[in-house]
Amino acid sequence: MELIYAAAIGVLAGSGVWLILRPRTFQVIMGLTLVSYAVNLFIFGMGRLTVGRPPIVDAVVAPDPAALADPLPQALVLTAIVIGFATTALFLVVLLASRGLTGTDHVDGRESES
Amino acid sequence: MIDWLQHAPIYPIAVPLIAGAAMLLLADTRRGARAAIAVASCLAQLAAAVVLLALAAGAGGHWPNGIGVYLPGDWPAPFGIVLVVDRLAAIMLGLTAVLGLASLIYSLARWDRLGVHFHSLFQFLLMGLNGAFLTGDLFNLFVFFEVLLAASYGLLLHGSGVARVSAGLQYIAVNLVASFLLLISIALIYGVTGTLNLADLAVRAGTLRGSERLLFEAGAAVLGLAFLVKAGAWPLNFWLVRGYGSASAPVAAVFSIMTKVGIYALLRIGSLLLPTGAPAAFSLDWMFAAGLATLIFGAIGLLATQQLEQMVGYCVIISAGTLLTALGMPGVTLTGPALFYLLSSVLTTGAFFMLVELIERTRTFGANVLAVTLDMFDLDDPTAPNRSDDVVGVAIPAAMAFLGLAFVACALLVTGLPPLSGFVAKFSLLSAAVTAANASLQPADAWILVAAVLTSGLAGIVAFGRAGIRIFWSADERSTPRLRLSEAGPVAVLILLCVGLAAGAGPVSAYLDDAARTLDQPAQYIDAVLSANTARTLGGH
Repeated sequence: MELIYAAAIGVLAGSGVWLILRPRTFQVIMGLTLVSYAVNLFIFGMGRLTVGRPPIVDAVVAPDPAALADPLPQALVLTAIVIGFATTALFLVVLLASRGLTGTDHVDGRESES
Repeated sequence: MIDWLQHAPIYPIAVPLIAGAAMLLLADTRRGARAAIAVASCLAQLAAAVVLLALAAGAGGHWPNGIGVYLPGDWPAPFGIVLVVDRLAAIMLGLTAVLGLASLIYSLARWDRLGVHFHSLFQFLLMGLNGAFLTGDLFNLFVFFEVLLAASYGLLLHGSGVARVSAGLQYIAVNLVASFLLLISIALIYGVTGTLNLADLAVRAGTLRGSERLLFEAGAAVLGLAFLVKAGAWPLNFWLVRGYGSASAPVAAVFSIMTKVGIYALLRIGSLLLPTGAPAAFSLDWMFAAGLATLIFGAIGLLATQQLEQMVGYCVIISAGTLLTALGMPGVTLTGPALFYLLSSVLTTGAFFMLVELIERTRTFGANVLAVTLDMFDLDDPTAPNRSDDVVGVAIPAAMAFLGLAFVACALLVTGLPPLSGFVAKFSLLSAAVTAANASLQPADAWILVAAVLTSGLAGIVAFGRAGIRIFWSADERSTPRLRLSEAGPVAVLILLCVGLAAGAGPVSAYLDDAARTLDQPAQYIDAVLSANTARTLGGH
């Protein structure tokens, strides 16, 4: 499971970085989105991958910390998703404004000479 | 009965948050009420910062060692959120409040009407800045960074226009990538050490061995990289000049403290990790080299550019470079003078951004371009023949005199010539560097620092001398500047504060040296945070 998980993060981050370095704004925003997926998965993975261990404390039985998943990365990843989602949405608006004002979707606001 | 003083550390975050949110509820037409709330909020932040400065200096004896710990959720330290105030944090809070108030008053003249929700965004920016200076927790540092960045995106775009939107596009893209780097590093550090609390982290980092230590160092390196992007270190600063140059004047002025957040974070985390062997990105060699490259880049850029806003942008880069170079020197001898330089340079660049906008109003076509360039490209002023008659009225000598004097003062401050605080800052920096050179076995670094700071000062003198001659002496066509008190006032106040810094250099440096010494003893910080008592264990208040 770790291998597949790590490979998924690697593929997402690699594709994202490649797209961010492209000259079109739409490619850049797709790249940023892919990188944010990779980062969110990475944060989640840092709490160690476990199956069937919800971090819920039983009211009756005394909790065994070893039997519970680490809840903190899950909380962090929620915050990161919300923040990343909001800033990406803002970037989309700026992208559209830039397209409207400059008439091109190049990141420099003008086409390259070549 | 609430003990107001006990809750002082939360005010710099709570006040702008509430004020910004309250202004969202007011209709756009109620400008007076909004302006009143904004000014009141900035004044309250200034008052809170002054109280915190006094408390951190030991007034009242509330905080042992001048370090105050506040637990917002009342959970004990490694588990709950902590806010930590020491001298360094209090200084940065005070600086933010002063700069914020000055920029806000400047913006009331006309800038706040160019778009919606200027005042709310401005307050959220201040909240993010204050929070980043106060937090004692790595993830909250990220959250406050995002708060201030989100507000800065809105403020940068304030007023719209092609230049702002396309500069904003690049600014947002770069900062989003930097935020992802920050998240990766935080996750990596948590994965290895199992903590996000800075004090706890400093303890646990020392116990890591083998592959865990390597992973931690990798995480810390990415963390340092993210902070260097925010600090504007070369080669991660190509977004800075264009972004700051296109922002509206009061926004650019308050942005001049934003790069210092990155430097603050490097300084804070670096000082905590140093006793256990700082990872590469926070270790001194790397900061010194990055700072030197930034300094050279800034000086070359300053000489190459012809637009005033961009020149000030390069001054911000030079200031970041000087700070990184000075903080990259071993020991604490240079930290106190570097903090003094930080105060002086932030106030100066803030005043300069606002002043440049006032000067720009007096100028006509092609005034940004050097005479040589005009000849070379055979440019003519298309409006010249029918312009001179249109401009009626006598140029107000007082206004021009004010602009000229303020320009000279800012140029002196930026380049570090006597008699203003820029000189005191650079002189104490160089003197500390020479002392360090004499004391250490490898004095080369200190002499490189001296040479680089002096050369960048020379570049500044050349560039601003050239710009000043072109603006004030050789420009024969100029419209009459109309200055309002609310525009000229903040510029004058910021410059006068620099004069005050020079006059009161003794007590200010003593405070800053104390702050530097506190940074040199991270054990005090760690003890204060980890031994902080919750209100419940004290029996409740």
